[in-house]
Amino acid sequence: MSTPALLVRDLEFRWPGDDSFCLRLPNLAVNRKNSLFLYGPSGCGKSTLLNLIGGVLVPQAGHIELLDQPFSQLSASRRDAFRADHLGFIFQQFNLIPYLSVLDNVLLPCRFSAQRAKRVGEPEAEARRLLAALDLDPALLGRPAAELSVGQQQRVAAARALIGQPEILIADEPTSALDAERQAAFVELLLSEARRAGSAVVFVSHDLRLATHFDHSLALAP
Amino acid sequence: MKPLLHIALKSAWNRRLTLGLTLLAITLSVTLLLSVERIRQAARDGFAQSVSGADLIVGARGSPLQLVLYAVFNVGEASNNVGWQSYQAIAADPAVAWSVPLALGDSHRGFPVLGTTPAYFDHYRYGERQPLRFTAGQPFNGLFDAVIGAEVAAKLGYQLGESITLSHGSGPLPGLAHADKPFTVVGILAPTGTPVDRRVHVSLAAIEAIHLDWQGGAPIPGVAIPADMVSKFDLQPKTITAFLLGLHQRSAVFRLQRKIADYRGEPLLAVLPGVALDQLWQTVGVVEKALLGISWLVFAVGLAGLAAVMLASLNERRRELAVLRSVGAGPRHIVFLLVLESLFVTLLGVALSLAVVSVAAWLGGPWLAARFGLSTLPLAVSPGELRLLAGIFAASLLVSLWPAWRAYRLSLADGLIPRL
Ligand SMILES: Nc1ncnc2c1ncn2[C@@H]1O[C@H](COP(=O)(O)OP(=O)(O)OP(=O)(O)O)[C@@H](O)[C@H]1O
Ligand SMILES: [Mg+2]
Repeated sequence: MSTPALLVRDLEFRWPGDDSFCLRLPNLAVNRKNSLFLYGPSGCGKSTLLNLIGGVLVPQAGHIELLDQPFSQLSASRRDAFRADHLGFIFQQFNLIPYLSVLDNVLLPCRFSAQRAKRVGEPEAEARRLLAALDLDPALLGRPAAELSVGQQQRVAAARALIGQPEILIADEPTSALDAERQAAFVELLLSEARRAGSAVVFVSHDLRLATHFDHSLALAP
Repeated sequence: MKPLLHIALKSAWNRRLTLGLTLLAITLSVTLLLSVERIRQAARDGFAQSVSGADLIVGARGSPLQLVLYAVFNVGEASNNVGWQSYQAIAADPAVAWSVPLALGDSHRGFPVLGTTPAYFDHYRYGERQPLRFTAGQPFNGLFDAVIGAEVAAKLGYQLGESITLSHGSGPLPGLAHADKPFTVVGILAPTGTPVDRRVHVSLAAIEAIHLDWQGGAPIPGVAIPADMVSKFDLQPKTITAFLLGLHQRSAVFRLQRKIADYRGEPLLAVLPGVALDQLWQTVGVVEKALLGISWLVFAVGLAGLAAVMLASLNERRRELAVLRSVGAGPRHIVFLLVLESLFVTLLGVALSLAVVSVAAWLGGPWLAARFGLSTLPLAVSPGELRLLAGIFAASLLVSLWPAWRAYRLSLADGLIPRL
């Protein structure tokens, strides 16, 4: 029986100043090395949930456990360190620091987390391997990220999220800027690399067609 | 914090144009501040260094400040002369240990000529009561002997034995020449960093001799007394410009000062050099403060520019900051990143302006010293400047906290996903 990588209980979150809850989630669990597809209409609080899981927002009630740690009870700086060590993120767009090279962008988590740097051993070799596995032309490695196409940027972002084998990978509509055909290919590449790294995946999208690639799926009520 | 250094550098390099212009503004404003401070200090030091030695400076009645300026600093001119009899009467007072008469008015290629007695070389003191030293030769002895200051020798490349002619009047424009009566350089003084370096010293009798065939500031038409004839004349001066007095006991200074003020023969004035300088600083102090104030304002404009650039750049950097947060940076990292950048720009600006000021002091210092009688501009950083630099650093640290705080708020609001 595998332990959960992510466990959410009785979560309630309200933006300061709002009188209604933006998000209520009684129960959510994702086991290690499993993948979850989370869908819901625009504005239902998906990105808010990911900010909560990332430890950037704190819920008013309920708790979040990551890798058996009472994550939402940790101090802000401990949550930041935890995020650096154990979480990888991919967003819809603007994932990269434009003036850093592709390689430097991928290596960012290893700079912030000694643990992830240690796990990969040779960060640069691993970055090259990941980028090759994600189908990125090696000629682009030294280029500033600003010069890449959107699809290329998303693959670089995936490589960055996966480097150092974080236990949890969180993706917030990473495919919505890609066309339908490439969406499926991207999701497949992402999932196979996540399996290889042993990461649990939480994938958010409003496009139900992608759900078939994942172990589980869950609808987030508006 | 270490991963941030690399990112901070790359990020700053990415915005090098705007940051470069800000750096320029900071550099210029700090340069202004440092120059004002350094010139101010050099003026004070230069003046304070030059007046030690004499207990009283005596001249015709007028402004005490003016007296000190023309008698000690070669700045300005005396409105009236002092009669030789008055000088002798006062110098004979039992309280007086030594006296040095000063006769000004002529020049040599822009350098002032001072007529005096050999006692000048024994009693004049500068800096920490140091006596004058000769690097070559000795005090004047013969009628047409001259002793030159270190700068005169260096600038004009003069050696012992050089033959020089004096001109009437002073200032950069050469007056009428006393070309018929050339002088010989018999002594060269060691550098002092005071107006002494810029003087040509001759005997009082020599001053008298070159003006024998002159009247009212011009040669008497048809009269020319050749140099070898002048010794036949009475070369006792009738007037001098001012004189310095040294006392046996400093406690007698006020009594003697009063006595000189009450002198019957002619209206005279005796000043304590230190008191006159204090008066000068009181007058100049207002201007100094105004200059320093303006410089601080200019620096404030520079800092405001820095803050504006940093704040404006935050909009385009929101994505960058959100990405950094997603890979594990906390809000304190974001604050550090922005403070680091502002401090880097100001510190670089301060370093550059120190370099500019030092090079300027090195190149322009001699000119300023010559033109305004400042002591040579110091190349090293003085304690006053260190305080100034500390102030600059503190001010820029304070200002840099503003964009940093805003970035902190933004990164808290944005979380991992940058908003529009
Ligand atoms: N910083 C914020 N301050 C206040 N309210 C916010 C903030 N961010 C989001 N919200 C509100 O929270 C709700 C959920 O927003 P969220 O971004 O989580 O939606 P989403 O499900 O990710 O939508 P989409 O699919 O369009 O990305 C929205 O109603 C939004 O107005
Ligand atoms: Mg969203």
